[in-house]
Amino acid sequence: MSIDYSQKIPNNVGLAENRTLQRALEHWQPEFIDWWKDMGPDDSQNFDVYLRTAVSVDSAGWAHFDYVKMPEYRWGIFLNPAEAGRKVNFGEHKGEAAWQEVPGEYRSNLRRLIVTQGDTEPASVEQQRHLGLTCPSLYDMRNLFQVNVEEGRHLWAMVYLLHAYFGRDGREEAEALLERRSGDADNPRILGAFNERTPDWLSFFMFTYFTDRDGKYQLCSLAESGFDPLARTCKFMLTEEAHHMFVGESGVGRVIQRTCEVMNQLTTDDVAKIRAAGVIDLPTIQRYLNFHFSVTMDLFGADVSSNAATFYNTGLKGRYEETKQDDDHLLNNASYPVLEVVNGEVVTAQAPYLNALNERLRDDYVRDAVAGIERWNKIIQKQGIPFVLRAPHKAFNRKIGPLSSSKISPTGKVLSEAEWTHHHLEWLPSIEDRAFVSSLMGRVAEPGKFANWIAPPARGINNQPVDFEYVRFN
Amino acid sequence: MTTATTTAGTIMRQHLIDPEICIRCNTCEESCPVGAISHDSRNYVVDAAKCKFCHNCISPCPTGAIDNWRHVRAEAPYPLAEQLLWDTLPEQVAVEESQPTGADSPATTLPDDVERIAAAATSGQGGVAPPPWSAAHPYVNLYSIQNPAVATVSGNFRLTAEEASSDIRHIVLDFGNASFPVLEGQTIGILAPGLDASGRSHHVRLYSVASPRDGERPKYNNLSLTVKRVTEDHGGKEAQGVASNFLCDLKKGDKVNVVGPYGTSFLMPNHPGSNLLMICTGTGSAPMRAMTERRRRKSVPNEDGKLMLFFGARSAAELPYFGPLTRLPKEFIDIHLAFSRVPRQPRQYVQDLIRARAADVAALLRDENTYLYLCGLKGMEKALTKPSVRSAAAMAWTGRRSMPSCCGRDVITWKPIDHSVWCERDVRR
Repeated sequence: MSIDYSQKIPNNVGLAENRTLQRALEHWQPEFIDWWKDMGPDDSQNFDVYLRTAVSVDSAGWAHFDYVKMPEYRWGIFLNPAEAGRKVNFGEHKGEAAWQEVPGEYRSNLRRLIVTQGDTEPASVEQQRHLGLTCPSLYDMRNLFQVNVEEGRHLWAMVYLLHAYFGRDGREEAEALLERRSGDADNPRILGAFNERTPDWLSFFMFTYFTDRDGKYQLCSLAESGFDPLARTCKFMLTEEAHHMFVGESGVGRVIQRTCEVMNQLTTDDVAKIRAAGVIDLPTIQRYLNFHFSVTMDLFGADVSSNAATFYNTGLKGRYEETKQDDDHLLNNASYPVLEVVNGEVVTAQAPYLNALNERLRDDYVRDAVAGIERWNKIIQKQGIPFVLRAPHKAFNRKIGPLSSSKISPTGKVLSEAEWTHHHLEWLPSIEDRAFVSSLMGRVAEPGKFANWIAPPARGINNQPVDFEYVRFN
Repeated sequence: MTTATTTAGTIMRQHLIDPEICIRCNTCEESCPVGAISHDSRNYVVDAAKCKFCHNCISPCPTGAIDNWRHVRAEAPYPLAEQLLWDTLPEQVAVEESQPTGADSPATTLPDDVERIAAAATSGQGGVAPPPWSAAHPYVNLYSIQNPAVATVSGNFRLTAEEASSDIRHIVLDFGNASFPVLEGQTIGILAPGLDASGRSHHVRLYSVASPRDGERPKYNNLSLTVKRVTEDHGGKEAQGVASNFLCDLKKGDKVNVVGPYGTSFLMPNHPGSNLLMICTGTGSAPMRAMTERRRRKSVPNEDGKLMLFFGARSAAELPYFGPLTRLPKEFIDIHLAFSRVPRQPRQYVQDLIRARAADVAALLRDENTYLYLCGLKGMEKALTKPSVRSAAAMAWTGRRSMPSCCGRDVITWKPIDHSVWCERDVRR
């Protein structure tokens, strides 16, 4: 199959001149399209969707809006422009020129980082593939599809690195990325959260707010990498990732807005009455928040991790905003607080900083996530309703790391197994909660119309009106 | 018109971020080339002293929060410390407007709609191009939305044949005793009466003036517009254009609220020996008609310069001003009409004619006294980016660039990437 590279695959990596890369992609691209048709958004291949496509990395070219059929989306390969004289900014190679090729001794670790990141991209497309059938509006459907195609592009970005820098191993890994399946018992996706279902739109919004934000922080740390092509790739991906954060933050915010409006109309905080009015009660929103927050906490990995130390020390993965940190960027003698359970209490202990880098990134993430929760609280406040959403404790409901062996409440209290059994449904969505939320999901696909349980957005996409026909069915 | 007041300072448009919509993703801060955007744990803010209005941050913003503007006194913009404490954007407070007292003291602030359209139209080439050195000095923004001029319709004629699919009209507006001086290539804003679906006044709609500076009828205080009745949206779906239908339905004697004039860039040269190369489709012909007419009315029409026009439409019946155009002497203007929907004839577009006349076009462009004007429909832009057109013309399109005014449905602008690539922005977003 021949590909017109400049048109079909917009790129700034000289694809038209790179025969090796072309050959690899000629093989992989049809497999990707097959995967998209099998596992991409269900029953939507023929829709014309008002999508943003990146056609170059400058401000004029990276947000090009037009109607596109998703299988014809131009997944491109983009690296942020190179920074002249860029150095490795941390770890034992600090001060050396950033690597333009993979250092032999770090090859397998680097590949592992890229594959782990790359695996999350198709995974989330798979997790979200049925949501189009229950979208609350054309606007939201379009946003879902935008998230999906950009996850697809992020897969391309990682596959580019595998093809361009890892030879045969890279090609095999790239194929495996299309073979694993989210939630598959035999061949699951690598990370746990990416094997969970995204069964309804509240889950989707929570996922894009919390879990995609993990993606943002992982990309931010990889954007500091001493391996320059990885750093530049991730930097560009971050621009797109912002849209996913937006879908999550504004999505949950609009659900809250609508609930508060109905509560005020009915002048009630009775959950049964609120549910009967067809909107999602705030306590249920809190439970969804707890679930997604805690599942995402695990994505940062073990609190104390020798892998994290190795990745940092060898210059592969930095901290969030590494170059803005005011320290020696070696961290050999520094320590960092981590959580432990000692004598039935969650306490803070000092761990070697290098081993605690997952925790450090988790803390950066928590600060960011909590700030957004506060913005949701402002919506509630503005409606005059005395209810406050809260992020659960970092140690709540953990499944990875030493904290996973204890049962810990959202406020950080260590519980007995029995206490957990009696109370956990106050904190995490029950089957009934999920069934209720699912019962609200029905497709609304008329321009300008929104499902009853969600408020319209403050403004449309790309300055289009809210009632713009964001998706055209054919 | 209110009495002219001169304020101590000028009024500026301050760029602000809506803290209620912003998700603090940092994309704007990353994309700002001059470090004007910063943040604390609460808000992202723009430093009015640093922002250069390059708009690099606008399209990457996922939320639209970045696209907010307030008119403030230049000496007292909202300081960063105050912005950092906001939970919501302040409303636009009334700022004492400085009315121009003459060409040397134009108002410094344009209506938001006009700013937005102008920014979109010129962003492709990195801002507004300077006018030709010999252009006359334009008056701009004499009439604001709060204080529009009232014009009276003195004529409304259909330009396209009855059987043509499009209804394009020549509308003449008379300003009576009000002063409304315009130059060829400038635009005026029409305020359609009534409210939109959300209860607000309709946006300002811009139209290029189709008549020369001395009026549609010389020595009368009037001007003309070329207006196409919009009956469908970009996607071909039925949609009634608010302003165009209002204008097309006007009868003689009806009153219209007009703001402007606008445009300081897409102006014609006035020095003898200057050439005009004009490329347009449909109602994009309005400014071309004004410039051509200006030249024609001079005692020495060509002034040793050349006029060359490439004009595209579906058919002769749909080409505004077809009759009068074909009657212009060949030695006055070199006209090439492209028709894309004539039965039993191959479709022909302006780029086909440019390709056929590549040598002459290139020769004209090499002359530093040539000014290029481009105005028309979106489809033209893609066609003009074709390598065959560029290489056929074998020239640098840069050089004496001039900008199209931003009017009507679509506007094409061009930008000098590699000296050869055209770029467009559809301004009706």
